[in-house]
Amino acid sequence: MTVKTPIYLDYAATTPVDERVVAKMLPFFTDAFGNAASRTHSFGWTAEAAVENAREEIAKTVAADPKEITWTSGATESNNLAIKGAAEYLREHGNHLVSVVTEHKAVLDSLKHLERNGYSVTYLGVDTKGRVTPAQVADAITDKTILVSVMLANNETGVIQPLAEIGAVCRSRNVLLHTDATQAFGKIPLDVDAMNIDLMSISAHKVYGPKGVGALYVRRRKPRVRIAPQIHGGGHERGNRSGTLNVPAIVGFGEAARLAREGMPEESRRIRGLREHLWSRIESELTHVHLNGDHAHLLPGHLNVSFAYIEGESLLMALKDVALSSGSACTSASLEPSYVLRAMGLNDELAHSSLRITIGRSTTLAEVDYIADLLGTHVNRLREMSPLWEMVQDGIDLNSIQWAAH
Amino acid sequence: MAYSEKVIDHYENPRNVGSLDKGDDQVGTGIVGAPACGDVMKLQIKVENGVITDARFKTYGCGSAIASSSLVTEWVKGMSIDKAMNIENSQIAEELSLPPVKIHCSVLAEDAIKAAIKDYQSKQAKGVAASATVGHEAPTAHGREARTE
Repeated sequence: MTVKTPIYLDYAATTPVDERVVAKMLPFFTDAFGNAASRTHSFGWTAEAAVENAREEIAKTVAADPKEITWTSGATESNNLAIKGAAEYLREHGNHLVSVVTEHKAVLDSLKHLERNGYSVTYLGVDTKGRVTPAQVADAITDKTILVSVMLANNETGVIQPLAEIGAVCRSRNVLLHTDATQAFGKIPLDVDAMNIDLMSISAHKVYGPKGVGALYVRRRKPRVRIAPQIHGGGHERGNRSGTLNVPAIVGFGEAARLAREGMPEESRRIRGLREHLWSRIESELTHVHLNGDHAHLLPGHLNVSFAYIEGESLLMALKDVALSSGSACTSASLEPSYVLRAMGLNDELAHSSLRITIGRSTTLAEVDYIADLLGTHVNRLREMSPLWEMVQDGIDLNSIQWAAH
Repeated sequence: MAYSEKVIDHYENPRNVGSLDKGDDQVGTGIVGAPACGDVMKLQIKVENGVITDARFKTYGCGSAIASSSLVTEWVKGMSIDKAMNIENSQIAEELSLPPVKIHCSVLAEDAIKAAIKDYQSKQAKGVAASATVGHEAPTAHGREARTE
């Protein structure tokens, strides 16, 4: 079976906007172009009604109240607003935060900003499968702790954290819980009450919605959570986030959420099936491969694999018809391989040798077989070219070698 | 990242992949780089009468690293070791049109050929000194090259 190239297998990076979402958005660029904050005419009322409808769709997807949804420009802004906003508001109550080393940079860099401004942060490590335990969180909480921030699912590995259990710990200790649910939203069932989530960041473009729009869930009752706004202006979004609303994008986000929610059982089953098919082919056709993450707690579409003794970017070159990501240093500006994989205790060879394959709504079995075939050919070819592979074949332990850094 | 045509050509059709007998007195072996940095190059030369008659490489690294080592093996065949010692990374980078972020690949290839030549030379020196006693030793380390403990 032939496939059309290039093949896109980087759905964790971004997704195409679903055509049904585009169709919903289009009128709001032209005929229904009103400012949702205009209260004096029908243009404004139409826009406002569309925004509120979208807000309901988002709320329904996470079992929240629509009043608890604040629109933002995306998950990076949501993470900044949640962490800096909560920390600033609760400054009198304490200055300590708890998070995890494998968080997204939008969380880690917001926390670093707080550390430069008198807050202290405890960064929890993860086990070899990328998970943190509720006990670790409990042990890290002090009487100065004001916020715990733990992502629901990791962007690089797809590993899902035990968030409901962590939420229970936070609630029992009266500490707020923020979660970056950017990757998990629309992929797995989410219930902010059942999981005791107080603040949650989400984004549209990971779920077949447009780029440039996201939201922050802010709990309104039990407890009522308040945050200090980080963007000041006209007091939009109940004062949490000023700025004229991006109505077409918000409408698109709402429709994308509805489609994700309604199609979730069928779509996650299908995508998980493709992921398992790919992994079983890789595992049976190649040696020295390593699934990075906790296979029992993965998002359906994520597969992060290390192909030992070959470097990720050289493998990407061989897979030039396929769009995907690597944990290799060569794909970043620095010479450091993925900090997420390093935190899981992966050695350098494996961290540099990782590929992140993320499967999505349009992925077909033929595409998955196409990349499995390519991997079978090129992993072996590159290993024949690898001095590390040769050393291992000769029985040399690579850890016994004193490598000189350059 | 966009690769130059020459990088892609060397990556897809690498010249002189393989290994020479590192126990051979006429063979010099250079291993440079580190897995932590994402590149390890092994470059070997066979020298007869001061001229490199054969060269082989194996590289763990990105496409530019593979291309840099492949190119060097192609260049040094038929070259005197004195001339090969003068290969500079800038020549490699220029030939392959490497972008700034990939210059270290050409530096590594320069280090690899120099390490291979030095290994060959030290074998020769030892060979003369040791000819009355025992055989040769395993390749020893030079400069930035890796060390087998």
